Amino acid sequence: MPTTHYTKDHEYIRVEDDAGVVGITDYAQSQLGDVVFVELPLVGKMLSQGAESAVVESVKAASGINAPASGDVVEINRALEETPAIVNEDPLGNGWFFKIRLSDPTELDGLMDEDAYQDYVKSLE
Amino acid sequence: MRYLPLTPDDRADMLARIGVADIEALFADIPADKRLDYDLDLPRRKSEMEAQRLLSGLAAKNVAAGSVPFFVGAGAYKHHIPASVDHLIQRSEFLTSYTPYQAEIAQGTLQYIFEFQTQVAALTAMDVANASMYDGSTATAEAVLMAHRVTGRRKAVLSGGLHPHYAEVVRTVSQCAGESVAALPPDVFALEDLGAAIDAETSCVVVQSPDVFGNLRDLSGLAATCKAKGALLIAVFTEAVSLGLVKPPGAMGADIVVGEGQSIGNALNFGGPYVGLFAAKEKYLRQMPGRLCGETVDAEGRRGFVLTLSTREQHIRRDKATSNICTNSGLCCLAFTIHLSLLGETGLRRLARINHANAVDLADRLASVKGVEVLNRTFFNEFTIRVAADAADVLERLAQRGVLGGVPVSRLLPEQGLDDLILVASTEINADEDRAAFADALQGAL
Amino acid sequence: MLNRPEHPTQARPTQPSDAARSDVETFTGNRGLALEESLIFEIGRAEVTGVDLDEPAPFAYRLGGLEREAAMGLPGLSEPEAMRHYVRLSQKNYSIDAGLYPLGSCTMKHNPRLNELMARLPGFADIHPLQPQSTAQGALELIEELARWLMALTGMAAVAMSPKAGAHGEACGMMAIKAAIEAKGEGAVRKIVLVPDSAHGTNPASATRIGFEVRSVPACADGTVDAAEVRRRLGPDVAAIMLTNPNTCGLFEKDIVAIAEAVHEAGAYFYCDGANFNAIMGKARPGDLGVDAMHINLHKTFSTPHGGGGPGSGPVVLSALLAPFAPLPFLRRDEGGLHLVEHPGEAPQAFGRITAFHGQMGMFVRALAYMLSHGVDGLRQASEDAVLSANYIRASLADLMSQPFGDRLCMHEALFDDAWLKPTGLTTLDFAKALIDEGFHPMTVYFPLVAHGAMLIEPTESESKASLDLFIATLRDLAFAARRGETERFIGAPFYAPRRRLDETRAARNPVLKWTKPAAI
Repeated sequence: MPTTHYTKDHEYIRVEDDAGVVGITDYAQSQLGDVVFVELPLVGKMLSQGAESAVVESVKAASGINAPASGDVVEINRALEETPAIVNEDPLGNGWFFKIRLSDPTELDGLMDEDAYQDYVKSLE
Repeated sequence: MRYLPLTPDDRADMLARIGVADIEALFADIPADKRLDYDLDLPRRKSEMEAQRLLSGLAAKNVAAGSVPFFVGAGAYKHHIPASVDHLIQRSEFLTSYTPYQAEIAQGTLQYIFEFQTQVAALTAMDVANASMYDGSTATAEAVLMAHRVTGRRKAVLSGGLHPHYAEVVRTVSQCAGESVAALPPDVFALEDLGAAIDAETSCVVVQSPDVFGNLRDLSGLAATCKAKGALLIAVFTEAVSLGLVKPPGAMGADIVVGEGQSIGNALNFGGPYVGLFAAKEKYLRQMPGRLCGETVDAEGRRGFVLTLSTREQHIRRDKATSNICTNSGLCCLAFTIHLSLLGETGLRRLARINHANAVDLADRLASVKGVEVLNRTFFNEFTIRVAADAADVLERLAQRGVLGGVPVSRLLPEQGLDDLILVASTEINADEDRAAFADALQGAL
Repeated sequence: MLNRPEHPTQARPTQPSDAARSDVETFTGNRGLALEESLIFEIGRAEVTGVDLDEPAPFAYRLGGLEREAAMGLPGLSEPEAMRHYVRLSQKNYSIDAGLYPLGSCTMKHNPRLNELMARLPGFADIHPLQPQSTAQGALELIEELARWLMALTGMAAVAMSPKAGAHGEACGMMAIKAAIEAKGEGAVRKIVLVPDSAHGTNPASATRIGFEVRSVPACADGTVDAAEVRRRLGPDVAAIMLTNPNTCGLFEKDIVAIAEAVHEAGAYFYCDGANFNAIMGKARPGDLGVDAMHINLHKTFSTPHGGGGPGSGPVVLSALLAPFAPLPFLRRDEGGLHLVEHPGEAPQAFGRITAFHGQMGMFVRALAYMLSHGVDGLRQASEDAVLSANYIRASLADLMSQPFGDRLCMHEALFDDAWLKPTGLTTLDFAKALIDEGFHPMTVYFPLVAHGAMLIEPTESESKASLDLFIATLRDLAFAARRGETERFIGAPFYAPRRRLDETRAARNPVLKWTKPAAI
């Protein structure tokens, strides 16, 4: 049963066993505006928790996406290169950025769960 | 005062609405002991007539290029600019408009920028060009930083034929950013082996053609070497008209092309304002500095233009060098576009042929003057001569005889043992009698 | 009588009829004088040229075989076609000559035409940067005179004339500071630059680009920077502070002297962004306030034209401590006259060169023409009128539009936020776009970031009171309309500009950055 964890910078990681799917939340995509370009990491790259691993560009801003947890990149979502709009349309589903194999699942303990994240977003508005 | 429309009555009304007794109340936040309550030691206002007299007096002390036989180049070139160019750039809507951030009321500016970008890409035979940079030298420095971002490496190799000012700017910018520069020694005869200078740390090779000594360089071999070694080839030019006759850098495999656009549409202006040209391969688009104008549609489906991809300028990436915040050169860019629209391909090619023909003729005449040797095997409209004396002295003597004969290499490269070399340019503005006068004066000065 | 052959009447009416419609379709897509215009590539032809040149007699090229072969794909236009094309394009632009630009921090003042005339004198426009300096002494004298004005107005010891624009000047000033720090052997230690939250984006970008790290200083409740907050962040690792004064909220930094003292005590330097110098010319000198380096935007304060995006010019005034590190080239006067110092041998501490040649001479002529015309008395009057006009606008709108730092006097620009708009459901952007339909360029919006939905208004001194009154009345009318819920004036605006709102998303997702020939059908 996959569980989703959230960072304060509005990245999510949906974890099943030792694999994690990383993307940005609905709040993040609405703040960014229309996404025009996504720069993804190379498959095989080793990411540390908190390190910048991808870039998402909208018309008005460019934002670094930090890895919610450490691991190496096993797959990237090439569809975003053709159609960056998917990030706006379906951020938690088809708008995923990349998948990693977790190297230290205990890092997830420091992240927020669904309820904590929703409360956090409410506090920002 | 003729530029200040408010009258004393206006000011009184305005102060009353604001609710203060006098104008000084609006400056109350300035610490009392720092407030200027006296007039600084500067002249008081002048009428337009007086200001004009003063400035005209200063202008009269200078020798204008158009008033004498003129052969000075080395990075800025005198060409004929059609009368309509300067007239058009002085239209209120071009001269006094702001940066086109509100696209709905700036389509004039945006459309000519789009035309300019198309022209520059075509001239250089590259995929994409930006909306211009300050000048060729800063464009070159930006290209080097871009190459570092693209390759992840941090060393630039500079040809010994690169304009010394351009090389100094690259060095200054690189030093600040903590990146290294390997500059090859002055390469008067275009003999250097740039490929051999590339190592695993090299992000780019910067080579100019026509180079500062006038030599033309075939970049194809170097392009292949760069590609094999993982470095980018940055091709530089300082004479845009050369692209009307000479094979463009894009056709020789350059990754980035930068140069000075002053020759087309813009006067000499003692060094500025000029217009930097910047073009690159499509795959490097998102690493390009500077403004970009793109085509789109408006809410009613009509074609329109907007500044685009602007987040590249503001995005700061720690692991790569930051991109510079650049404006473009507005009116200089417009002048370039208008002049090139008037020339068209046919006109530009013909203009380039005339330039080359004049330079060839001048080279032959100077070569037959005793004590003068023309060093170039190849050139476009500028070449290097060696004289049997100190070049700077010779040129000073020529100036006194009313001929501006070129630039002593020692002005750009002092203490390099090049004090007997002169860079000589000849464009379409030189008539037969100008070239004859130059040859005669040179004969007399040696 | 009516139909005599020598007096044909042809019954032409001389009064307008009651035509009901006002949205008639046209064939061309033009609307009277509002003309559509194609691209030159769609109008011109490859074989046409609008410049008459005689083909040279055949001769042997000396290009080493490097002749250009392939066609360029660049069409030419005759002079009439070119004139028409560019005149039509120009008609789609707003400009200061046509109307007010209330753009905060841009100082869109009138561009005097004397400037243009003087800049085009052959003695200025037709001289080469590398011709013998003995043949250009008048040009060097002009640069010297302009430098004198800049130093006198700012109370500073030296000025670097070569930066080509404001951001270029910022980088230059910070490089001089870096060189000074390295000369003291502190380059490895002093790596931090303090920048307030309200700073323009170019400030931290310039600092980072030169290898510094930026540390933020928060603004106070009243929008200014507090000396105590600065002191808290100073230390042996700080190289400099970058402040704008007046700041980006239009307020004079009242703690500036104390801040400068604290910065100097800590062994650091004070860089001032001079974008807002128009507020204090002849009223205060940055040098007296403790500034070490400040760039000046000639295209803002000194009226050189904005030209749709350039060219600018950004000379940097420097304190006596920083003067030795000024970049090459700079002017020196000796018995022989004026000459440019161009080589490190003559100036070993100069940090380098930031541009080819000497700087934006064309803009120097224009700026000096402006300064000579105003004189020291006129420049002071200009600053006073600029500050007066901004306060007049602020006082005239204070009852309707919210100010983030309370209702207080400002300097040359007035800052509002979007708190007053919230109940209407409209945004700052909507409000700004509606201004376009009223015939004004929008004010600066969403800057500075410290104000939510910021609207920054800077009228400058060259607006008549009538112009200011019309602008105020228009804003009041729009503000009332917003409160009454008349969203149709705002949502989807502008309606009357040459183009409606443009699809920026499409432009960024599928960049089309040049014209390409459509494929043959």
